[in-house]
Amino acid sequence: MAAEAQTQRMALSFNLNGKPTALEVEPHVDLLRLLRETLGLTGAKRSCDLQVCGACTVLVDGRPVSSCTLLAFEVRGRDVVTIEGLRGEGLSGEGAHPLMRSFIDHAGFQCGYCTPGMILAAASLLDEEPSPTEARVREYLDGNICRCTGYKKIVESVLGAAGGEG
Amino acid sequence: MLRPFRLHEPTTVEEATSLLADLGDAARPYAGGTELLLVMKAGVLAYDHLVNVKTVAGLAGIELDAGVLRIGAAVTHRELESSAVLRERFALLASVERRVANVRVRNVGTLGGNLCFAEPHSDPGTALLLYDASVEVAGPSGRRTIAVEALASGPYETALADDELLTRIDVPELPAGMAGAYLKFGYHQRPTLGVGVAVRLSGGARPAIEDVRVALGSVSPRPLRLRDVEDRLRGCSTADAVALASGDAGDLAAAASEAVDDLHGSAEYKRHVTKVYLGRALEQAIEAALAAGPERGA
Ligand SMILES: Cc1cc2nc3c(=O)[nH]c(=O)nc-3n(C[C@H](O)[C@H](O)[C@H](O)COP(=O)(O)OP(=O)(O)OC[C@H]3O[C@@H](n4cnc5c(N)ncnc54)[C@H](O)[C@@H]3O)c2cc1C
Repeated sequence: MAAEAQTQRMALSFNLNGKPTALEVEPHVDLLRLLRETLGLTGAKRSCDLQVCGACTVLVDGRPVSSCTLLAFEVRGRDVVTIEGLRGEGLSGEGAHPLMRSFIDHAGFQCGYCTPGMILAAASLLDEEPSPTEARVREYLDGNICRCTGYKKIVESVLGAAGGEG
Repeated sequence: MLRPFRLHEPTTVEEATSLLADLGDAARPYAGGTELLLVMKAGVLAYDHLVNVKTVAGLAGIELDAGVLRIGAAVTHRELESSAVLRERFALLASVERRVANVRVRNVGTLGGNLCFAEPHSDPGTALLLYDASVEVAGPSGRRTIAVEALASGPYETALADDELLTRIDVPELPAGMAGAYLKFGYHQRPTLGVGVAVRLSGGARPAIEDVRVALGSVSPRPLRLRDVEDRLRGCSTADAVALASGDAGDLAAAASEAVDDLHGSAEYKRHVTKVYLGRALEQAIEAALAAGPERGA
């Protein structure tokens, strides 16, 4: 059977970083492409494109997903939070998200490519489990890959934000 | 990048299966897309039409019905890992679900999609064999039941016809007193090996293996129940059984494993880890059955 010639447009309304957003998408457009290319939010990165590395992590209804492989229409009626939405009032100000402050205080990043995904995944964990053990942090984040830090500082950053030790 | 396709969002099983029947090879069911979209992005498969199973009524939810857990095909791994009834009455399956893939794939991927993709490195595909689970399948001419054991016919191949939809996974509780363990091993995203063992012990000071189920997956093109190994272990004292697992019962498992060479390692290597992990899983299953204590020997 031949492909349908005319393009299919779907209405899409959702909350993006707390703001109601309405547009049209074709069904084959992935969320990451919509965020980066249409909406100008480049915090989430396309890296492995296979849901393995976590660089494209965003939160949908508070839970991490790989936006590289989630079709954009799937977020209709839902809450999407990207790293830009978690930003608060600036990185050094009082309004910064506790995880961001903790990543700075513990030197939890080097090149920074994986950091948005790490912080969003960690935010979801702390939302569900405010005081996770180190083992739990490592288990929850084992699908977010970092090629610089060796993970020690990242785990310390997350535990720091959780326990308030940092 | 994905090529354009047309998305269909049927609301009934009948509508979905007649769409699949009408569109034929040009269409595929689509659930979480965590497998399907990857093969489409890679250009391995191309479909002009995807049929969203998540809009079909009746494919959501987890229910316990007279000792049988009825899992809608569109239920995600996350829903399973966080389900109270799973944790309380299907602890083994819950522990498997918690360890599938990564947190992001578990949030989106469904159990139905996992089973229908028949990727040989599936954890639930193996673990469900311990429960004698079955699936309900609907097609244009009605519904039928397929044992999970007969569902995957080979790598990426199932007993489903192209116009059939998997609607439900039925998981009977393990028999009273039976408890088990599922171990996975590997260095890639997906397991190199998965071994599940469930045992029911007889009472007394020197407990014996009254009944046992053994399932093996990932090393082979499809998950397997190892009935010869079960027969070898049944009736043995727990101490003898553990010794046998590293002896001839382990050799039986290795021989029956249908292990193949692939990216995860050679067939020979997989036969070796099969034997090692059979022993470990058996020991943990015995511990779990001892801990489950009260019903033992009832
Ligand atoms: C990075 C990564 C790591 C993974 N690691 C593991 C692991 O450790 N262990 C493990 O077990 N699995 C693993 N998986 C597999 C994962 O469990 C599956 O991707 C997921 O469950 C598939 O579900 P889905 O809803 O996304 O399926 P989809 O991608 O939507 O569909 C998969 C296939 O099933 C068909 N299908 C879907 N639903 C139905 C239905 N109701 N009826 C008929 N056909 C249907 C589709 O047509 C398609 O062919 C991993 C996957 C990834 C991407």
